[in-house]
Amino acid sequence: MPKLTQLNVNGKTYSADVDGETSLLTVLRDHFDLTGSKYGCGEGQCGACTVLVDGMPRRSCITPVAAVAQKKIVTIEGLAQGEQLHPLQQAFVDEGAMQCAYCTPGMIMSAAGLLRSKPSPSIDEISQFMEGNICRCGTHPRIIAAIQRASRTIKESRS
Amino acid sequence: MSVNANPQLAMEAERYELRAPARYWFALDRRDFFKFLGSGAVVFCVLKDARGFQESGAAQRGGEGLPTAISAWLHVGENDVVTVYTGKVEVGQNIRTSLSQAVAEELGVPVGKIQMVMGDTKLTPFDMGTFGSRTTPTMNLQLRRVASAARDLLVDLAAKQWNTDRKKLVASDGKVTDPSGQRAIEYAQLVKGHQLTQQIPAEDPLIPATDWTIQGKPVPKIDARDFVTGKHRYPYDQKLPDMLYGKVLRPAAYGATLISADTRAAEQMPGVVVVRDGNFVGVAAPTPELASRALSAIHAQWKTEPQTSNRELFDYLKKNEVEDSDPTGAPASYETGSVEKALASAEQKSQQTYMVNYIAHAPLEPRSATAQWSRDEVTVWTGTQRPFGVQRELAEAFRIAPEHVRVLMPDTGSAYGGKHTGETAIEAARLARAAKRPVKVNWTREEEFAWAYFRPAGVIDIAAALDKNGAISAWDFHNYNSGAAAMRTFYEIPNQRIVFHVTRSPLRQGSYRGLAATANHFARESFMDELAHQAKMDPLEFRLKHLKNERLRAVFEAAAAKFGWSTAKNGGGRGFGIAGGFEKGGNVATCAEVAVDRQSGDVNVVRVVTAFECGAIVNPDNLRNQIEGANIMGLGGALFEAVEFANGKILNGRFSEYRLPRFSDVPDIDTVMLDRKDLPSAGAGETPLVGLAPAVGNAIFAATGVRLRTLPMVPSGLKAS
Repeated sequence: MPKLTQLNVNGKTYSADVDGETSLLTVLRDHFDLTGSKYGCGEGQCGACTVLVDGMPRRSCITPVAAVAQKKIVTIEGLAQGEQLHPLQQAFVDEGAMQCAYCTPGMIMSAAGLLRSKPSPSIDEISQFMEGNICRCGTHPRIIAAIQRASRTIKESRS
Repeated sequence: MSVNANPQLAMEAERYELRAPARYWFALDRRDFFKFLGSGAVVFCVLKDARGFQESGAAQRGGEGLPTAISAWLHVGENDVVTVYTGKVEVGQNIRTSLSQAVAEELGVPVGKIQMVMGDTKLTPFDMGTFGSRTTPTMNLQLRRVASAARDLLVDLAAKQWNTDRKKLVASDGKVTDPSGQRAIEYAQLVKGHQLTQQIPAEDPLIPATDWTIQGKPVPKIDARDFVTGKHRYPYDQKLPDMLYGKVLRPAAYGATLISADTRAAEQMPGVVVVRDGNFVGVAAPTPELASRALSAIHAQWKTEPQTSNRELFDYLKKNEVEDSDPTGAPASYETGSVEKALASAEQKSQQTYMVNYIAHAPLEPRSATAQWSRDEVTVWTGTQRPFGVQRELAEAFRIAPEHVRVLMPDTGSAYGGKHTGETAIEAARLARAAKRPVKVNWTREEEFAWAYFRPAGVIDIAAALDKNGAISAWDFHNYNSGAAAMRTFYEIPNQRIVFHVTRSPLRQGSYRGLAATANHFARESFMDELAHQAKMDPLEFRLKHLKNERLRAVFEAAAAKFGWSTAKNGGGRGFGIAGGFEKGGNVATCAEVAVDRQSGDVNVVRVVTAFECGAIVNPDNLRNQIEGANIMGLGGALFEAVEFANGKILNGRFSEYRLPRFSDVPDIDTVMLDRKDLPSAGAGETPLVGLAPAVGNAIFAATGVRLRTLPMVPSGLKAS
């Protein structure tokens, strides 16, 4: 039976009257109207739905909402600081790392998880980490370049 | 023959989906005619006859005609915004950007002042659809002419206002300037209070490519910020007040007939609307979870028939030729000289058969539509490459006038030729009509695999003869089902017979990025490689020996030079391959390096170099993006993508079962872009893809001596031979 679930998304509290087994992606998109996270496959195979849960990238389409009720969720909508794009967002723009861009939010959220655990990844490490994200348009080389660029930006801003 | 003549305008044979009848046909509804109001804005440019600007080869479905109404193409507003109207749509090929560049260049305004209204059947002029790499050669040119006419009118206005000779005035950066009088006036100021119209002159001198300052530049994707922040609303993301979520009951198999459907349990769920109309059964509910529950509560019985599986596919295609000639009117065969005689008297003869499997477009955004009725008029937001085609489909399905149907296309999560049809729009509209509320239907990935259409499978037989000088004297080429695009050879061969054979297809099939150019190039360029080895010649040298066309020679030579073809040494599990061709105004040559592990059977494409030439380059960064993307997409069909099916069901219709190219599959990709500023710009979304598969196949042969003649070539690695 549906019950009220409270979620912390992008620093705000949201309530949803849904069954705990409902996917986080459905709740974000259809109950909170946060449509930046995308549906691509519904089985955690394409990464378009990736969000950060307590800083770790998670496939929201296979994450039951009950499992994240006490956690901090960040979606693509919550990544920029006001008008200031996150270095990854800016790098995807600067590298032209998109065509249809449907995979882009998931790519950026996955990469945010990668850079958190590994601030200066090699090309092979990026490729390995991003293997679960599909870009059907084939912008992979640009996505790798964008992640490298963001990595440099973040490093420079800290030094 | 001249292969670089005008790109073929007729509808290609393999656009099967455009000729198929509608899936649903609903009961007759009230007939009412509504005339859309014109926009109240100043129409700046009008066309007396839109026909001349549309692509030829009108869709066959229902004899779709062209409207005679005057349409607005471009509007210069008092608010300093230039609004451009085009029926073309954005699916990631970045035409929103490249078309803005075209207008900015001719009108003399910064790109940032241009707003493109795309693919809205109410607001934009009729357009056949966004396919066939036609946007750049037709719409770019069209909008340049429109913008140029607008610029002339603005200059005339300023000349009149200043009482001076228009020839002295300069239009650029959003204003008309009089260099001698040292005065300037903004466009927005000039049009204030006017309702001006201008027709496009028959011949308008356009700015030559050598003088471009905005076209030819790597202008970044417009609205990129909206995409990286998640702000952009794709069709899948649409939301209307009081909207319901729709789900449609899918048949148990292709061609299944509905025997019975018990919908009582679903109907008793609060808030659920159930629709049964002929073979159509669907539900709509306030949440997607409830819609799914309601759908699974429906108990349906279907009658299914045994059907062909992918195991018998190629045999089936060869045995099921349809005697009717190709219904599209596109040339289906070509003959010169006498193939029979040349083959009979040849020094050396050989023949081979090549095969291509069905593959799926797998656009990352599955089909989606949101429909809203207002009295007897319906508005649908949907991801389609043919908004006007979908408008027609909706009008037919609901038996209403097309004027009562408005289709809008938000920039969509890719298509690759796979979103030409309006099935989802019809489903959403049918549910919305019953629910009397807006309904969104978002297809699942499994639905997209099973109920869209596939790139046609095909069998290609080639026979050829070599004369004593190692030159090809005869070329006999037969394509079964896959399609006629790029079927003719561009090599100089005196005796040729090239035939497209229409066959029955076990699966619903249709257009796919590049159409059959991929299959036909795979067969032709693989066989050319086989003939080169037979003639004991270097594969590049053998091709050039048969090639006069200078544009094609140029890309072959450029790719080979960048790749280091002349010094590449096969061996140690490494192999090098080359292939190329011409289609839709683009010339391509691709070199590939592969590494093959004979123990494990792993085939790794290490490096790819593609040289491409499509006339004057409109946006070099976008072109490079398309070339890279085409090569990566091409890897899937070349190496491992194939649709498996049996008895009317798809057996691998999800991402965990259907393998797509991923990061680890991606080789180093180098591109050489030849900019021919002396030639008109052609499209580039499709043709860069066609060289990849044969180049890789030829490289695998060079590495191993194993010739692979079926796409995909190594779905489960290279088997020991």
